[in-house]
Amino acid sequence: MPNLKTKVSFKGTKEQEKELVDFIRAHSQDKGSMMPILQKAQEMYGYIPEEVQIIIAEETGVPLSEIYGIVSFYSQFTLNPKGKYQISVCLGTACYVKGAGDILDKVCEIIGCESGSITDDGMFSVDATRCIGACGLAPVFTVNESVYGRVDVAETEQIIKKYVAEAKGS
Amino acid sequence: MNLVRTHVLVCGGTGCTSANSPALIDEFHKELDKRDLSKEVQVIQTGCFGLCALGPIVIVYPEGSFYSMVKVEDVSEIVEEHILKGRIVTRLLYEGSLDEMELVKSLDETDFYKKQHRIALRNCGVINPEDIDEYIANDGYQALAKALTSMTPQEVIDTVLASGLRGRGGAGFPTGRKWQFAANEDNPQKYVCCNADEGDPGAFMDRSLLEGDPHSIIEAMALAGYAIGANQGYVYVRAEYPIAVNRLKIAIEQAKEYGFLGKDIFGSGFDFDLDIRLGAGAFVCGEETALMASIEGHRGEPRPRPPFPAVKGLFGKPTVLNNVETYANIPWIIYHGPEAFAEIGTEKSKGTKVFALGGKITNTGLVEIPMGTTLREVIEEIGGGVPNGKKFKAAQTGGPSGGCIPESLLDTPMDFESLAEVGSIMGSGGLIVMDEDNCMVDIAKFFLQFTVDESCGKCVPCRVGMYRLHELLEKITSGNGTLEDIDLIEELCYHIKENSLCGLGQTAPNPVLSTLEHFRDEYVAHVTEKRCPAGVCKELLRYFIIADKCTGCTACSRVCPTNAISGEVKKVHEIDQDKCIKCGACMERCRFGAIVKI
Repeated sequence: MPNLKTKVSFKGTKEQEKELVDFIRAHSQDKGSMMPILQKAQEMYGYIPEEVQIIIAEETGVPLSEIYGIVSFYSQFTLNPKGKYQISVCLGTACYVKGAGDILDKVCEIIGCESGSITDDGMFSVDATRCIGACGLAPVFTVNESVYGRVDVAETEQIIKKYVAEAKGS
Repeated sequence: MNLVRTHVLVCGGTGCTSANSPALIDEFHKELDKRDLSKEVQVIQTGCFGLCALGPIVIVYPEGSFYSMVKVEDVSEIVEEHILKGRIVTRLLYEGSLDEMELVKSLDETDFYKKQHRIALRNCGVINPEDIDEYIANDGYQALAKALTSMTPQEVIDTVLASGLRGRGGAGFPTGRKWQFAANEDNPQKYVCCNADEGDPGAFMDRSLLEGDPHSIIEAMALAGYAIGANQGYVYVRAEYPIAVNRLKIAIEQAKEYGFLGKDIFGSGFDFDLDIRLGAGAFVCGEETALMASIEGHRGEPRPRPPFPAVKGLFGKPTVLNNVETYANIPWIIYHGPEAFAEIGTEKSKGTKVFALGGKITNTGLVEIPMGTTLREVIEEIGGGVPNGKKFKAAQTGGPSGGCIPESLLDTPMDFESLAEVGSIMGSGGLIVMDEDNCMVDIAKFFLQFTVDESCGKCVPCRVGMYRLHELLEKITSGNGTLEDIDLIEELCYHIKENSLCGLGQTAPNPVLSTLEHFRDEYVAHVTEKRCPAGVCKELLRYFIIADKCTGCTACSRVCPTNAISGEVKKVHEIDQDKCIKCGACMERCRFGAIVKI
């Protein structure tokens, strides 16, 4: 899965930085607080770029290299921001045996970026996710909060094109 | 309190929620208000009923009418006809719940539920998981009360030992023995952990349990704490399960309010607290030492054992770690006694097991069966067989650590030993059915891709070995493999199994080994005939035009993205195999069925 250094410039604000630092200080005495801190950062910024990792490293005293090691280890933490429209295609086993691989290919073809990355305009990001547990609806993909189940390639094309049109209009 | 004459149960599991069940609940409230029925009819959001294929599901009691695939538009009809006028809306009923006389059967008599025995899932789809009173009404927290007021910690452990309960997370280690080890340690600080980091793609019973019956997990963890002498518990749950996390949070708050968590529970002097830790998406964190490293805030890398977690676990203290489904059985065992549990199942595998049916099977969903039920019964009788008239090819159990079981072994009983004998494992209970359209080499490669991605990278056999193994499979599916490669694959598999540090690497070659054992001919066909028998592996596919059927309409040549199809109007067309990229667009476009793939 490509999880490369982001091309998008960092737009974090002073207020966000203060919120994060306050959170870290409030949890400085807790055992094993690194995961909740990173989860907070991921939630606030939508990703954890180098700039944010440096804030966490300076505040906690944990080396930057170690923080990078943790961030790149877990799939929930990303080094790239997500698009305005986040498309996730489930590649769990139940979905895979029902043709989810073809659906992912189709989505990537329409959006024009590979799985795990974001379009240059920041509108769309595509991810292949592990089982989201909606196996009864296989194959499944989601666009932001909307879930589309029991789809085939043709239906997927229609649905994604609708979002592309919406994105162009906005 | 109002007397309620009718209960409307709407499934709020993830499958049904994704299929829009929350909108149904809103609609029910609206329609009931309209007719002034809100006081006598109660709408309840429950956990998973199990029959996810037919979601969203609505059950109306006291009749027990099982409505499937309900749409928002159907709600007013159910309220008007069934609830107001007492006429069941037959067109929406689950087909299996009608007998030959078109009469409604009770749910327990339907093919899907008849052979099931719900212990872990006892409350899922029965109670409102966000209401502690409903759990208490169904014998909830009775086991904890019984243990704290009338049993010693050792008696609790002895009860679990006597029940024969084994871990439901994969390895099947006897739960009571694990508890005994931790209890034997002399340490003022111990921990109880729950592994709810369900990472096996295609298994979702742990999530359904947390969503449908979170209190049973809390009660079981408090029992474990009492048994081993721990006052603090952690539930490590996937962040990707927002509904489960939310219901667990609500349940913990309610349990604290009622005094089932906190100080001096039931006046016994026993204290126990519970916190949630969110996993961040790493399959290897299902391994116990990796999970604890993750709770401590590190990369989730496993470490060699011993020392086992029961001696030196979380933050270096003695720790008991069990899986969600294991815990779900505990309160039932304490309350009903170990004999009741040990009566069910086989000699070495006691009790029941929850399986998540998925893939090419009619009734996808969650089922709980006594150990020892055969695979055939589960797939054909409960699962309703393979849909669309296709032929069954294999059942995959145990996810990326398991194996594929062919048709000839369908009568294998589902228990720890029997599944291991046929080259698979019980695992966490994922059960994926595959039909003739699935290529077994491709499936093996799929699982391997998963474990390559998820390998933590700490030990070489897993990090490098799996990568090489994947390359070899890639070579075979692209038509470049040799028969020697197949032997090499087998040899490499055994090296990885024997030399990897943790369970991930030790079991990751299983999907390859079991498909090699049962479907070797498919591997050989890829190598010697350069052919994928199931027509899945793209590089080996060939599209052909059948001359007799081609009318020369040119539709295919116009849609071909690489101009690989040539031919004049009204004459037979031809595909240039060198230019063809096997996208299949021509076959989709042809209206005469003149294009075939081989």
